[in-house]
Amino acid sequence: MRVALLLVTSLLFFLHAGAAARAEAPRSPAPPSGLDYADVPNDAGTAVKLTWRASPDDSAGRRLVSGYLLERGTSPVGPWSVVDSLSPGTTELVDGDVHRNTPYFYRITALGSGGPAPALANAGPAIARESWFNSTRTSVLTFMLAFFLLVLYYMSVAQSGRKPFVRRLAGIDAIEEAIGRATEMGRPVLYVPGIQDIDDIQTVAGLVILEHVARLTARYETPIRVPVSYPIPFTIAQEMVKSGYLNAGRPEAYDPDSVQFVSPEQFAFVAKLTGIMLRDRPAAHIFMGSFYGESLMLAETGFSTGAIQVAGTANVHQLPFFVVACDYTLIGEELYAASAYLSGEARLVGGLKGADVLKLLVILAILVGCALETAGVHGLTTWMQTQ
Amino acid sequence: MKRELPLLLTAVIGLFMIMSFFVPHHLVSVPADYLQQCAVIVVAFGYVLGGANALRVNLEGIARRQPDWMYKLVLVASLVLTVVIGILEGRHWQDTHTISMFLYNQVYSSMQGTMFALLAFYIASAAFRAFRIRTVEAGLLAAAALIVMLGRVPIGDWFTGWLPPALRASAVQDWIMNVPQNAAKRAVLMGAALGVMATGLRVILGIERSYLGGGD
Repeated sequence: MRVALLLVTSLLFFLHAGAAARAEAPRSPAPPSGLDYADVPNDAGTAVKLTWRASPDDSAGRRLVSGYLLERGTSPVGPWSVVDSLSPGTTELVDGDVHRNTPYFYRITALGSGGPAPALANAGPAIARESWFNSTRTSVLTFMLAFFLLVLYYMSVAQSGRKPFVRRLAGIDAIEEAIGRATEMGRPVLYVPGIQDIDDIQTVAGLVILEHVARLTARYETPIRVPVSYPIPFTIAQEMVKSGYLNAGRPEAYDPDSVQFVSPEQFAFVAKLTGIMLRDRPAAHIFMGSFYGESLMLAETGFSTGAIQVAGTANVHQLPFFVVACDYTLIGEELYAASAYLSGEARLVGGLKGADVLKLLVILAILVGCALETAGVHGLTTWMQTQ
Repeated sequence: MKRELPLLLTAVIGLFMIMSFFVPHHLVSVPADYLQQCAVIVVAFGYVLGGANALRVNLEGIARRQPDWMYKLVLVASLVLTVVIGILEGRHWQDTHTISMFLYNQVYSSMQGTMFALLAFYIASAAFRAFRIRTVEAGLLAAAALIVMLGRVPIGDWFTGWLPPALRASAVQDWIMNVPQNAAKRAVLMGAALGVMATGLRVILGIERSYLGGGD
């Protein structure tokens, strides 16, 4: 009797355990729905935006969905290739890897520990079309055209004889003083046109100023040394220095070795420059262009040698270092205005006036934008947002 | 023609690249991308010129036994060695156990790190000069710097914990960095952006042409 009771109890236990195991076996999550597509506007036809409604089982309490699998094919029946696997809660994705004017079909599957949910339906054909104009950049185009028109207008005004007033730029005036001092001391002038390549417009500005500096050093018969970090600025710097000597009427004094290619590596360039500063002891250091972490190393080493130092950069994070360690600093736009200031050419000076007028327009736009945002009107801000 | 052709090319390509910013169509974007890739090839040729210049200048220095000729010898030897090893290892130079990677990790990175570490000392010496209070402006700068430095370390709030939260060092330094500092920085950035556009326009229109050399 006791044995029979034990057997019945054991049988009941195993039956109950089996039923419990069946009840806890994970099931497939419910599928997501409402898969929809839209061409991403204002692009080259390379992106489609997909949206869908999450699986009903994709909620914090249920935890049945471990992710989604978005697939793409060129026909409604496949074959399918995976676009991306996505985390739970995701309901949209931009497929940025499509070919323009090609129909694509998409399907989405919910994944869970009980297996994937069947995809309800395919969405398509989604075709990415390319645009002729990025309408989100209308504000940029408007400001750019306004700027170009203003600059051209004031250039023509300046050419007609009404040359605008340009305030004194102490940093630029100091360049001649620095070269004069180097001449008196019989030491060279060191000119550094930044550490960036020619695609940085600050390098262009620095090289334009170099021509004027070379003209002055030629006139004062003072040697100039121009270490350059990239090969294209190096060749242009050679032309600039040669041009400066030519324009000063002393082409025979031009030394081809005065411009040296060093290295595009930041700290290798610093090592060379600090070596020049400490060994050759130039009496004037002129830094004009784009500088980064090396700015303070150069300026502090130069300061320790007692050289007169003039710097100019538009990199705002480096300006404080130059202000501290140099005698004169050109701040931001002054670097770009320097060539007009130095040459005094009417058209270039007229361009400065045009830029100033646009600056007033920008200030006006900021004030109007602040007022509109405060009043809850977001139209201007939205118009100025770009993609 | 020596001057007109480069000016024409600059104007046409410059305006085309500006247009590519606004027109995403492949008839514009593909040639624009191609032009940018061409620039990489031009730069590669530029490295040949730059390398030749570095070799010539330094070899001359060694031949003339200039005062620092030993450094030039090290430079030339390193340059030649790196190039030769790079050529011998070919496109596998970035694999794990190559000599190129050894030189990069064990020599180059260490030296670069050493140079960068020097910056801390330069900042200290520059800060010492910057915070000497000689004028009202310098005084304001020093006071602002003191608050910002204190506000960025725990001891700042420990000192000012008895003040209302809005007046504690961390809150004040946040305000200094987000309001007056940011305003000044953005003003400089906007002015610089206009300067960039003006310089670009001058180059594209051929008004700024000194980069062509040889004067007008």
